[in-house]
Amino acid sequence: MLQELAQKLVFGILAGGLYGLAAVGLSLVFGVTKFLNVAHGELLMLGGYAAFGLFTLFGVDPFVSLPVVALLLVLIGFVLYKLLFARMVKLTEDNKIKNTMLVGFGLSLILQNVARVLFTADDRGITTTYSGEAVTLFGVSIPVVRLASLAVALICLLALHLFLRKTYTGKALRATVQDWEAATVMGIDIQRVYLLAFVVGAALAGVAGALVAVCYSISPTMGLDWTLRALVVMVLGGLGSIMGTFVAGLVLGVTLSVVGGAWREIAALLLFLLVLLLRPQGLFGAKEG
Amino acid sequence: MLTLEGIDARYKDLQALWGISLQVGEGELVALIGPNGAGKTTTLKVISGLLKPASGSVLLDGRSLAKEPAHKIVELGISQVLEGGRVFTGLTVLENLELGAFGAKARKAKDDSLRWVYGIFPRLEERQRQRAGTLSGGERQMLAIGRALMSKPKLLLLDEPSFGLAPLLVAQILQMITEINRLGVTVLLVEQNVRAALELTDRAYVIENGRIVGEGSGEALLSFESIRSAYLA
Repeated sequence: MLQELAQKLVFGILAGGLYGLAAVGLSLVFGVTKFLNVAHGELLMLGGYAAFGLFTLFGVDPFVSLPVVALLLVLIGFVLYKLLFARMVKLTEDNKIKNTMLVGFGLSLILQNVARVLFTADDRGITTTYSGEAVTLFGVSIPVVRLASLAVALICLLALHLFLRKTYTGKALRATVQDWEAATVMGIDIQRVYLLAFVVGAALAGVAGALVAVCYSISPTMGLDWTLRALVVMVLGGLGSIMGTFVAGLVLGVTLSVVGGAWREIAALLLFLLVLLLRPQGLFGAKEG
Repeated sequence: MLTLEGIDARYKDLQALWGISLQVGEGELVALIGPNGAGKTTTLKVISGLLKPASGSVLLDGRSLAKEPAHKIVELGISQVLEGGRVFTGLTVLENLELGAFGAKARKAKDDSLRWVYGIFPRLEERQRQRAGTLSGGERQMLAIGRALMSKPKLLLLDEPSFGLAPLLVAQILQMITEINRLGVTVLLVEQNVRAALELTDRAYVIENGRIVGEGSGEALLSFESIRSAYLA
């Protein structure tokens, strides 16, 4: 019984790291640009297929191909931003959220169907030679690919954290989150800041998608689930805190895993509502002002 | 140094400025006074490029700023302190100041500028590791001005730097502005505190309903009957 609970806890944490990674990308984009890109899950999906393709066609190990996948998603993010999102920069915050949601929704349908045509509707997964291996600790089994994925997620978030804290560009990003007009009169080109946030968000989604392909499975329609989870985690964690978002990912992962069965989605949404009622700024977000 | 000629500006359907013309000469400290909603802030936004005018021209040393985006105008030497200071509360004092020197040229001279600003506002150096959100109102205003100075501007635009401060602090901030002007920075000051503004500036423009309705030396305007009755009664 206790053993079973411990096992669920571990699986929950391992999955939660990926929820956190997926949510941090969404949160970064939303925080900086106020674009609510509901096609974020489809970017994960594309990342997953990119890693899958590199593995099956060229035999590249999925952990080795991560930088390539990230770069590819930067490219895709760049094109999508220039094509669809750049024109919404000048809108008011309310209208940005509404318009990007609509555009994102349309985009997600297009990407899903393109993926279905290109990759078929089958579930796919990356099975490496070491995919079956697991470390056993006190009778709890920890699959190595999932452990490695958690480590990759942590490294990505740590790198993002350092980038935002230590570099000039990172500070400009944080300034833009707080007050874009004040940032502009500092001489910061907020159009470039927006673009940067968007492509970094896409790259994080791509990496998360590749890890999903390694640990679980991917399909053309996986996006919506991941967007919703990322949204829940983003709100749970509170805007503006990377580590907060990551921990919120773990909280969601553990909740889904421990509750299990048909009740898991209900439990996750109840948790979501509870946090909104009691701590609307999120578990780790700072109160406004 | 700065010339505005026949500026019309509008927010969507609402015209806010009607044919505004004004000049600020090198080294001057010029005030722009007028009631709430007269167009003072809008005028500053047109100069800094946050709002592009519908017609008319903005010239800096004879160069038109019409096509320059706001972030470029900072690099050309115009720095603006927005109303209320608008410091980045989640960032430290030092980070705020660093962002003031964001442009490539300003970034190279960052350490120099930082020493200069700390010389003017020693309080900021004492508090450099603190988050800007923990500062008092007066300190925030100092940080906002210090941050604007980090780009070593030729022209400093100040939007109501004394707003919301206690009278003693108002005098202190205005004193510092004169000091900054004496150090060679040209200043265009928007101020509600009309008497104080007129006492410390070389020249002032009076703006009402989006139009310039008066201009003169601070002294002359102070003795001007309609100004006295409208603002100093």
